[in-house]
Amino acid sequence: MRFSGLRVIKEGLTGNKGWSAHWRDASPKDAYDVVIIGGGGHGLSTAYYLAKEHGITNVAVLEKGYLGGGNVGRNTTIVRANYFLPGNSEFYSHSLKLWEGLEEDLNYNVMHSQRGQIVLFHSDGQRDAAIRRGNAMRNQGDDAELLSVAQLRRMVPYLDYDQARFPIYGGLLQRRAGTARHDAVAWGYARGASDRGVDLIQNCEVTGIDVENGKVTGVQTSRGTIRTKKVAMITAGRSSQTAAMAGMRLPIESHVLQAFVTEGLKPCIDHVISFGMGHFYISQSDKGGLVFGGDLDMYASYAARGNLPLVEHVMEAGMTLMPMIGQAKVLRSWGGIMDMSPDGSPIIDKTHIDGLYLNCGWCYGGFKAVPGSGHCMAHLVATGTPHKAAARLRLDRFKTGFGLMDEEGTGAQHNLH
Amino acid sequence: MRITCPICGERDRREFYYSGHALALDRPTEDAGSEAWDDYVHNRDNPCGETRDLWYHEMGCGAWVVVTRNTATHEVIATKLAEEASS
Ligand SMILES: Cc1cc2nc3c(=O)[nH]c(=O)nc-3n(C[C@H](O)[C@H](O)[C@H](O)COP(=O)(O)OP(=O)(O)OC[C@H]3O[C@@H](n4cnc5c(N)ncnc54)[C@H](O)[C@@H]3O)c2cc1C
Ligand SMILES: [Zn+2]
Repeated sequence: MRFSGLRVIKEGLTGNKGWSAHWRDASPKDAYDVVIIGGGGHGLSTAYYLAKEHGITNVAVLEKGYLGGGNVGRNTTIVRANYFLPGNSEFYSHSLKLWEGLEEDLNYNVMHSQRGQIVLFHSDGQRDAAIRRGNAMRNQGDDAELLSVAQLRRMVPYLDYDQARFPIYGGLLQRRAGTARHDAVAWGYARGASDRGVDLIQNCEVTGIDVENGKVTGVQTSRGTIRTKKVAMITAGRSSQTAAMAGMRLPIESHVLQAFVTEGLKPCIDHVISFGMGHFYISQSDKGGLVFGGDLDMYASYAARGNLPLVEHVMEAGMTLMPMIGQAKVLRSWGGIMDMSPDGSPIIDKTHIDGLYLNCGWCYGGFKAVPGSGHCMAHLVATGTPHKAAARLRLDRFKTGFGLMDEEGTGAQHNLH
Repeated sequence: MRITCPICGERDRREFYYSGHALALDRPTEDAGSEAWDDYVHNRDNPCGETRDLWYHEMGCGAWVVVTRNTATHEVIATKLAEEASS
């Protein structure tokens, strides 16, 4: 089923009775060329690019719950490429370029909206860091603009500029950054993969990974044994449990990150705005709700809900930055489980087991990575060599200390990223 | 979440600074080699369920506390001073 303007009009006039399911809900076969564990954004995009770019279609995506029920459907939807360090910078740049062609490529409206992201700074030191980051972004081929306070006041008049504690000194704007409809990204990739022959299998939990003589031979699942020579572990917050099935321990600690949405309001916040002095980021969804979030709850957790201290912290940061939102009622809050790596950067790599591939460590920035991650992961699984945009996202960087990508400069503790 | 400091009693979680899984107590020797040090600094069991982590009673007595807790339910099961906890 393909979308077009004409089709939308026709369906609108005929009671929307002609739409069909977006993907086949498949049952497991005995064997596949590639098995992907995890039907989140990254698993689905990997399946899509395996089929589309490499012609590998005898692929199963095994999802223990329902497609898109994990973090891909729980995030605050920010898409940007404002990374600084080699490794991250080329990867997120690559991902943003894929975003820009995504709707056409998938024939799916993922509501990718390049409304611009403004990261505020509040001191001379932060301004210097922002200039440096902006230069790095331009060097990687992406856009960045430094905004003065006067420019900011015109663009976003509702911030609290003159407060004594965190006066606003300016901002770094990336116009190509913005948001996208997270569920639609999962659905679009799911449909694209399914149409090309990939089996998307829901309610199918992987419970074991079979390894013989250092080689993968298959997986055990809640719906039986599946034989395969290639397994891609793409399970975000559950990475440690998945890797443990193959006897591996990962540099990952799982943490809960909360998000919030208010009642629908008339358009008032046009950009994505990030507070430089507290962790707080906000945008307005197309339905009108203010979508915002802050820091992790700061201790290892698998509860897909948060605790109150961080709720209070996020609300305080929001009120400090833009007091006008104090009138809005928060409708919902929720949590997702983040796979925090000790340098805050991702891992796309082979493992020491032949045929076993690892994709994890997205911390709380993995939504923007969905196209890039799938594209590079598919390349790795299909060809056995890393894609050049992901050549530095290696597992051994922790052991060797070479190529660590600690964007925040906070050190080797998982919860600090 | 509330944590019982063995010295100060039950306190708000915000009085404590979290410092990761309590395997930090199993520090390798200096010459243990890069495998052992990589494992110690970076790798984690990261269980979904019962775990032990290290918390520092920053806004209280300054003690390091080993907290046994459930990562899925946030239930705090036991606490002990780090200096008394064998790793
Ligand atoms: C509140 C919040 C806000 C965020 N905000 C942003 C943001 O603004 N911008 C941004 O770039 N990123 C953001 N992120 C991070 C981003 O959402 C994640 O990094 C990314 O979605 C993770 O990849 P994924 O989509 O594949 O994971 P998931 O969607 O979680 O997919 C993993 C899947 O694996 C499945 N699985 C696990 N174990 C098994 C098993 N044994 N067998 C079968 N299936 C299994 C799970 O059920 C799950 O569906 C945010 C995250 C949260 C929670
Ligand atoms: Zn104390």
